[in-house]
Amino acid sequence: MTFQLAPDAQTYDCRKAFAETLIELARADERIVAVCNDSVGSSNLAAFRDEFPERLINVGIAEQDLVGVGAGLANGGLIPFVSAAAPFLTGRALEQIKADVAYSDTHVILCGQSPGVAYGELGPTHHSIEDLSWTRAIDNLNVLVPADPVQTRAAVRWAVANPGPLYLRVPRLKVPELTPEDAPLEPGRAVLVSDGDDVTLIAVGTMVSRAVDAAERLRADGISARVINMPFVDPLDEATVLGAARETRGIVTVEEGIVTGGLGAAIASLVSQHHPVPMRILGITGFAPTGSASYLLDHFGLNADGIAAAAHELA
Amino acid sequence: MTEWLCMLTADTTAAAEWAERRTRIDEAGLEEMAAGVRRDVVTMVERAGLGHIGGDLSVTDILVTLFGAVLDVDPADPTRADRDRFILSKGHCAGALYATLAHCGFFSRDELTTFMAPLSALNGHPNRTKVPGVETNTGPLGHGFPVAVGCALAARLRALDYRTFVVLGDGELQEGSNWEAAMTASHYELGNLTAIVDRNRLQQGASTAETKELEPLADKWVAFGFEVRVIDGHDYAELLEATAPSTSGRPVAVIANTIKGKGVSFMEDRVEWHHKVPSAEQVELAIQELTR
Repeated sequence: MTFQLAPDAQTYDCRKAFAETLIELARADERIVAVCNDSVGSSNLAAFRDEFPERLINVGIAEQDLVGVGAGLANGGLIPFVSAAAPFLTGRALEQIKADVAYSDTHVILCGQSPGVAYGELGPTHHSIEDLSWTRAIDNLNVLVPADPVQTRAAVRWAVANPGPLYLRVPRLKVPELTPEDAPLEPGRAVLVSDGDDVTLIAVGTMVSRAVDAAERLRADGISARVINMPFVDPLDEATVLGAARETRGIVTVEEGIVTGGLGAAIASLVSQHHPVPMRILGITGFAPTGSASYLLDHFGLNADGIAAAAHELA
Repeated sequence: MTEWLCMLTADTTAAAEWAERRTRIDEAGLEEMAAGVRRDVVTMVERAGLGHIGGDLSVTDILVTLFGAVLDVDPADPTRADRDRFILSKGHCAGALYATLAHCGFFSRDELTTFMAPLSALNGHPNRTKVPGVETNTGPLGHGFPVAVGCALAARLRALDYRTFVVLGDGELQEGSNWEAAMTASHYELGNLTAIVDRNRLQQGASTAETKELEPLADKWVAFGFEVRVIDGHDYAELLEATAPSTSGRPVAVIANTIKGKGVSFMEDRVEWHHKVPSAEQVELAIQELTR
């Protein structure tokens, strides 16, 4: 199965797919409610509010309350999508995520909006580069990052159908469609985007399409790159990762997040214990300087050139 | 998740006895139940060598009144959709909650001997996945109230008539998340929600006044839009009256003035009994005082 991106492929903001799917499911399931922190606009929930005014709960600018209220709504038999800008949802309310949602084992869907460096020039206070590290460290919390609108729709559907704590990171940076409609989405299962046997690129979220672009460049250089989309950062698809470790010469991981505890760290932990191979972990390496989101991604080498260069070191 | 020893289940005999007793419970019955809970708490803390005995004893009459006479809950069916919700936000007083739940038959009183023992369901802070009657896992302070607000909102959205109660420590009110929750409860006019403050005036290391003053506390709740009731938290008649539904449609805040260590003379109003463990001799004395 190989997906190629047309050079002029249309790109999408996954928040739209998130909001549309949520409304579609809410029409059929009255247990679905949305909870936000004065983030109706940034969470793209205006249409949800207009159609289900009673089912949009706005707790104001109060993230600890936001997550606790979500846990209480789940206790009362509802399915809350607790939605806020990812840095504030995960940073301010991390203890609520741990105790009220994960440890209490509630069916709360924590929706981290505009993650990574999506807020660009607004700076590190508004960047959510730590969220994957933080949420991955919490037991009993699945961490799901769709790569495109198709996967975002599948993720929202999966979240409703599968009771349990979930952190759903909703990308904002525009991405092309690359996942087939019928591609499965389940914990511990990666999507093989394209096969290859020299080197493996494992990417998540907004970085998957960039890894696909990098694979194209590598092909031109005579390097066959396997591209894997890892939507569930936790639990990982361990078999696919270890298969890549055995069958290719090294693994490059790519994520729109800090390199100290996210996807790359998870994969490094796995392969170092079971099948050590050379790795390059690409991501954000610290508080970002001023710049737009696209500028910052280039700054940190999170583009086709940067990914291809890292792969060259391993191939 | 890591597997624990077991999940507790109802003691159906005790639950049936409790249900029968509830039909004719009066203040004397609550007093008798509370004395039993307090004796269990003292014994549990001694056996475990750990526990928050002072707060356990200050909150006991509140818990006993709620479970003994107010809450519409069924120990034999603890997850019934329209059950009243009770959340102990001051989760460190789990000992008093466990003893109360056991007295009602949510699980066997024999289990209390495992309090904080290795792999026991009865952790130092309550775990809803292990202990029936627990609605959310508390322990870090400032968590229970927001969850209670969510429970109360869910009742409204689902057109269920259950009520939600949350018990807060007074020192706990120093956590800002409580005031976030208070604003939400007030904004949504959650008349089905009652927050009870166990106002024992002591926190871990000193009085609340010395640590960070809470007064004027009733004024704060009024300002946040609550119907406020200030009572003696050891007076069952006042507790029963204060836990009645809202008369204004606004959420209710009950400031229950209590005594930390209540019922054991040498523990009462003594800050060191926040989490001191009694000696065997002290336990004997305490049990005598609690058996009169």
